[in-house]
Formats: sequence, C-alpha cells, structure tokens
Amino acid sequence: MDAEQKFTSRTWPESPEKTTLEGKNKFLGFWLFLGGETVLFASLFATYLALKDKVPSDDHALAIDMFELPLVFIMTMLLLTSSLTSVYAMYHMKNYNFQKMKTWLIITVGLGLAFLGFEIYEFYHYVHAFEHTFTSSAFGSAFYTLVGFHGAHVVVGLGWFLLLLIRNTNRGLNLYNAPKFFVASLYWHFIDVVWVFIFTVVYLMGMVG
Amino acid sequence: MSTVAQKQGFLAVLWDYLTTVDHKKIAILYLASGGFFFLVGGIEAMIIRIQLAVPDNNFVSAGLYNEILTMHGTTMIFLAAMPLLFAFMNAVVPLQIGARDVAFPFLNSLGFWLFFFGGIFLNLSWFLGGAPDAGWTSYASLSITSEGHGIDFYVLGLQISGAGTLIAGINFLVTIINMRAPGMTYMRMPLFTWSTFVASALILFAFPPLTVGLFLMMFDRMFGANFFDVSMGGNTIIWEHLFWIFGHPEVYILILPAFGIFSEIFATFSRKRLFGYAAMVFATVLIGFLGFMVWAHHMFTVGLGPTANAIFAVATMAIAVPTGVKIFNWMLTMWGGSIVFTTPMLYAVAFIPSFTAGGVTGVMLASAAADYQYHDTYFVVAHFHYVIVGGVVLGLLAGTHFYWPKMFGTMLNEFLGKITFWLFLIGFHATFFVQHFLGLMGMPRRIWKFLDGQGLNLFNLISTIGAVFMAVAVLVLVYNIIITQIKNVRVGNDPWGDGRTLEWAIASPPPFYNFKQLPLVRGLDPYWIEKMEGNTKMTPAEPVGDIHMPNNSFIPFVMSLGLFIAAFGAMYQVDWRASDGESFVWAIPVLIIGMLITIGSMAVRSLKDDHGYHIHKEDLLNDDEGGRD
Repeated sequence: MDAEQKFTSRTWPESPEKTTLEGKNKFLGFWLFLGGETVLFASLFATYLALKDKVPSDDHALAIDMFELPLVFIMTMLLLTSSLTSVYAMYHMKNYNFQKMKTWLIITVGLGLAFLGFEIYEFYHYVHAFEHTFTSSAFGSAFYTLVGFHGAHVVVGLGWFLLLLIRNTNRGLNLYNAPKFFVASLYWHFIDVVWVFIFTVVYLMGMVG
Repeated sequence: MSTVAQKQGFLAVLWDYLTTVDHKKIAILYLASGGFFFLVGGIEAMIIRIQLAVPDNNFVSAGLYNEILTMHGTTMIFLAAMPLLFAFMNAVVPLQIGARDVAFPFLNSLGFWLFFFGGIFLNLSWFLGGAPDAGWTSYASLSITSEGHGIDFYVLGLQISGAGTLIAGINFLVTIINMRAPGMTYMRMPLFTWSTFVASALILFAFPPLTVGLFLMMFDRMFGANFFDVSMGGNTIIWEHLFWIFGHPEVYILILPAFGIFSEIFATFSRKRLFGYAAMVFATVLIGFLGFMVWAHHMFTVGLGPTANAIFAVATMAIAVPTGVKIFNWMLTMWGGSIVFTTPMLYAVAFIPSFTAGGVTGVMLASAAADYQYHDTYFVVAHFHYVIVGGVVLGLLAGTHFYWPKMFGTMLNEFLGKITFWLFLIGFHATFFVQHFLGLMGMPRRIWKFLDGQGLNLFNLISTIGAVFMAVAVLVLVYNIIITQIKNVRVGNDPWGDGRTLEWAIASPPPFYNFKQLPLVRGLDPYWIEKMEGNTKMTPAEPVGDIHMPNNSFIPFVMSLGLFIAAFGAMYQVDWRASDGESFVWAIPVLIIGMLITIGSMAVRSLKDDHGYHIHKEDLLNDDEGGRD
C-alpha cells in the first residue's frame, strides 16, 4: 500500500495509526519505549524521595518552606488541559479533519509553552528567593533533576509537535504521517501522567512536611 | 552478499557497511566489533593474571592494575558479551521467525553505532590521561573521589552505548511480536527467539535505572551536583541500588540468549525435538521475572537489615528452580537422541556441568549469613566467571561455530574448532576452579598483589597457567576464522544437515530480502517438519510479489558521532571551569556542536520522508538464475 495515497473522510481507515505495518510497529515500539521511560522516572522518583530535604545545614530551605500550591495548581491545570486538547486533535485525526487537528495541536503547544514558562519562573524563584540551587544540597540536585527531566521531556514534546506541524502543514493526512502524530500525542500524555505523580509526590507531599 | 558485491571496491564496501540497515550486515558489524573488544578485554585479563602469577609481583603498578581490572570487567560485559549476543540475535532471530528484516531497520543501525562510539569513547581513556579505576561497578563512594577523567569516560561511554542497547531491545521486542511469519505462533517460536524476547524485555526495564545512575554520577562529577556527597546530604547507597537494579537483570540479559543458543544446538545435534519445550519457555520467562527481584543480594553486607537480606536471599535461591528445569530438559533432550559431537555440541555438553557449578556457588552466595564470609573474595570472582565464562562465553563460542555458515556461507574448520574447545575448557577450569579455594582462604578480590608465605602461591600460579590455555584457544579460533575465510569454500542452506528451524531453509548467507516468499509455519521446528515429509524447502505462505525494503542511511552514524563529540565537551568543561576559563575554552562549544549534530540529524530524519523501495517481482524471479545485490 502506498503510504502517500490520498484518502477521503469516507475511505480513511478507522485506526490510521495502525493500518500499515510501519504504523503498527511504531505504535507498539513507542508503547514499549514508554514502559522504559516509566522505569526511568521511577528511578528518579526513588532518588528524590531518598534525598528529599537532605541538606548540609539548617539554614537551607526545605520543601515545606518553598512550595506554594497556587503556582503548582496553575501548572497542573495547564498541562492536564493540554492533554485534553491533544485528545481532541487525535479525535479529528481519526475523522480525517486535518485543519481541526492542526488547530487543536497548536492549542496544545500553546498550553505546553505556558506550562514551561511557569516552570522556568518557578525555578528562578527558588534560586533567588531561597538560594535553592542544583549544587546547594543533595535535595536541590534531586529536585531539579526530577522536575528538570520532566521539563526536558516537555521541551522535546513541544519540539516534536512543532516539527510535525511544520513538515505537514500543506500536505494533509496520510498513512505515513498519521502514526507520527499519534505517537507524539502518546508521548504528550505520558508527560502529563508523570506530572500528576510529580504534583503528588513532590508538591503535595512536600507541603505536608 | 552475492558475487557482485564482492567485486566492489573497498570504499564501496565500507560505505555499504556504514549506511547499512540490513540486519545480517549489522550482525557482522556487531560480531566484528564485539570480537575486537573481546580480544582487548582478554589482553587485560592476561595482564591481571601475569601480575598475580607470583607473589609480590611488580609487572604493573597498583594504579594501572586498578585501571586494567576495571576495564576488563566493563569491556567484557558491555562491549564484548552484549554485542556478540546482539550479533547472533540480529543474524538469526529475523530468520527464525520468518521475517524479511527487523521492525525498525534504521534504529537497528542506530543502536549499533551508539554502542560502537560508546565503546570507542570508553577505550580512548587509555590514551587520554588514564582509564576508569573504580571497578566495573564503579561504587560512588570510590568513583566520585577518583582523580582525572577515567570515571568520566566510564559514565559517558556507557551512557552512549547504553542508549544503543535500549534501542536494540525495543527493536527485538517489536520484531518478535509483529513480524512473525504466518503460522509462527508464540508457542512455535524457537527457544533462541524466546530467550531473545525475554532478554529484550529485561533490557527495556533494566537499562533505564543504569541511565539514571549514570546521569546522577555525571551530574555529580561534571556539573557540581551532590547526589553522592554525604557532606551535602547525599547518599552513596543510591548508586549501589540503581546499579544493581540494572546489574542483576543484566546477567540474565547475558545468559538467557546463551541458553537459547544451547537449546538450538542440543535439539539439532541430538536430532530430537527439544525436551519439555513449554517448560523451557515458562522457565525462561520466570527467570526474567525473578531476575528483577534479587538485586540486593549484591548488597548483603551494606546493612539493609535482616528482613531485607532474608527476602532477597530466598528470592535468589528461587531462581535455581527454573534454571534446574532447563538443565534437566537439556539432558533429557540428549537422552535417547542420536548425538553428533560437532564443535558446537561439545561446547553445549561442556556447558552443563560448568554452568551448574557456577549455579551451585550462586546458591551458596545467596545465603546472606554465609555471604559475609565470601563477600569481596576470590570466591565471588570464581562464581561469576563460572556462570559468565562457563555459560555466556561457551555459548558465544558455540554460537560462533554453529551460526558461522549462516552468517558467512563458509564452515569453520571442525578439527581446529575442537582444539579450541579442549584448550579453552581445560584453561577455563584450571583458571577459575582454584579461585574458589583462594577465596575461601581469604584472598580478597581486586587485590593488586599478594604476599609470599600465605599459602596462595600455588593456586595463583595454576590460575595463570589456565589463563594462558584460554588465550591460546582464542588464538587458534582467530587462525581458524582467517583460514576459513581465505579458503572460502561455500556451503549450502543446511550445512549441519540437521537444521530444524527456518534459518536453515534458506541460502547461506541469505539473500538481502531473506525470504522470497514468506514461509508457512506448520509447527515447532518447521523446517524439520518439512524434511520429515520429504520436502526440500518450506511451503510458501504467499505468491511471489513485490517486496518492500528500507533505504540505507548514513544518519545513524552521524547521530552517534554527535553524541561522541558532545561527550568530550561535557568532560573537558570541568577543566575549563577549574581553570576559571583560562584553558579548555573549546569545551563548551564542542559540547554544543556535538548536541546540535545529533539533534539536527534527528530533525533531518523526521523531516525527510523515507518510504523505502520495492524489489519487483520480475527481479526476484531473475534472482533464481544469477542473483543480484
């Protein structure tokens, strides 16, 4: 089957991401990759929990001193909403509506960028208000590594969406690029799930001491 | 490789290998580079044994000894054993399941080049100020205070090659799940495919903890973090946990494919179906699960407490059960079989008692209370060499002889093969058997020299003589390979005469598209079934048609090269900061350029469509007369 074959919304298959063998392989391979990523973040969470509030002397700020719910709440809402908008995008992808898919993906990217902006502000705030840096304590190293790894995943996810949008702006959907959009959105959901755990383990548990 | 390919110039062949995405050529790349690193690791082993041949020896200095010992372990595990196993997985697994290639040919190539550049980077440490010297486990309490860049080479080199391994693992999982030929159900898959499948799953879940551990070490040593600095609130035990959560599954990643190779060999040369196939599959999967629940048995003396030690001790002993199932199934496969003692079969037969001895000492070490005596002695050295050399290396040597005709179309000399076998087997037992007693007598592992008059002289000398036997055995093998390739006597599809699985149903080496028509699999050992019914080849599952093939690509090489360059920048920016920006001003730019090369080539890969090409039906039919590449 020619991957660049043109479709109409009537001939477009029900699961375009899994119609070709390449798509099926990509779909499964990416799920497996996310399995490995889960272990990666599990290791980072374990490290964070072992080093939480481990500082060299009493004058260092601890989790309970720094974290503030309103900021983290806004970030959580932004990222959760962006996951929802990427679902809308995939809904339109499955209905062969390229324009609407693009619109929702652009909204997703916008929400992701807003999240990233807040995260940069948050780090800036901790560094300047609390002298809580990557090198100031084991706690600092563990915090910025865990949350920073997540932030780096957000950057990669945004870059990925943008690259796909730019590359495919004028050529519509086909069975070659549909799996690409689909796995990028899977990645985005994964980033969202990791954030839910960061919200719980780092921030909520951090605020109760 | 047809006759046309052999007439190409050297540069054309080189370019072909640099850009290839064909699993059979990638297998040869893995075999060649894994073999090279195996020789390097072997030379390091010989230096260790020469230093310990006599008491109070001064063949190498203490610091250099530490570097050699570290590099011996690291090289053998990451750069020799794993790639050599990947060589056979790549060469054989797609053929065994009746596939035309792996699921992700591009990633297959990327995985190889990442491993290759990681390995080269690690070994460049010898020429750039000294190799890593904190042992292959590189415990943080030791490695964060190690001076120079040795540990940085370890961290960055393993990070790069580890990424390649993870990619290869995912690739094999998807290949085995999605690419099986019609009729090849899970319970008809050959044991080598099954063990590759389970080992790949272990890679997928075991390598990320290593990645994290290496990142933490990298951040500590190169970017001022404090994960392992106790005075800053850090904790060095985190490294030990992360390392062994990876490290224990790693030994099963090594041994399971070796088990798979032996299972194929036992069935082939006993000319009998593998005894207890379903039990073998179940045991393989069970070992895979249990492999993740035993990591703390490496840390009994850390002080995790009696409860943790007891749990991990019992879990460890439990692994002996599925392994025992396998041992008995292999023996019962031979029972009543019409056995031919070819070189691979000799290795397989010798493997059973050798590996079992290693398993028995494993159960001894698993007793947490007794382990306080054995810990960090030569008893441990003897144990893991019995399982790794007596299991994995014997498996690799057996696989080399067994699959050589399928990979290269020539047959290694059987007489020389048997000489290699006997020299290696005698040398192996002479080297490591006595080390059990050295350990029980109290000789600590990793020690640079021992003193006269402690009763350690004789056994150390025997051990060194054994190592010489193994070295000679390897030289005979190298000679065997060279003369075999010079003579270049071509062999047919099934040179052993008793092939049971699909790879023996097609030419040696197979055409680049593997199967002109995908075979119809009618049961376990499909080729044997056809032979028993008097057929000379497989029943096709499809008519001859166009075959879709992937394009070659140079991008994997460039992507890996970018990380290789970036690693130098990451390492030398430490000196740049230490000198307050006076020297090494190029470090940060090099780091950035390297990363840009990698990210840029990823973007090129994403932006440029790569649809592959089709081999047309007419060309396939012409192939029957002459062949083209």
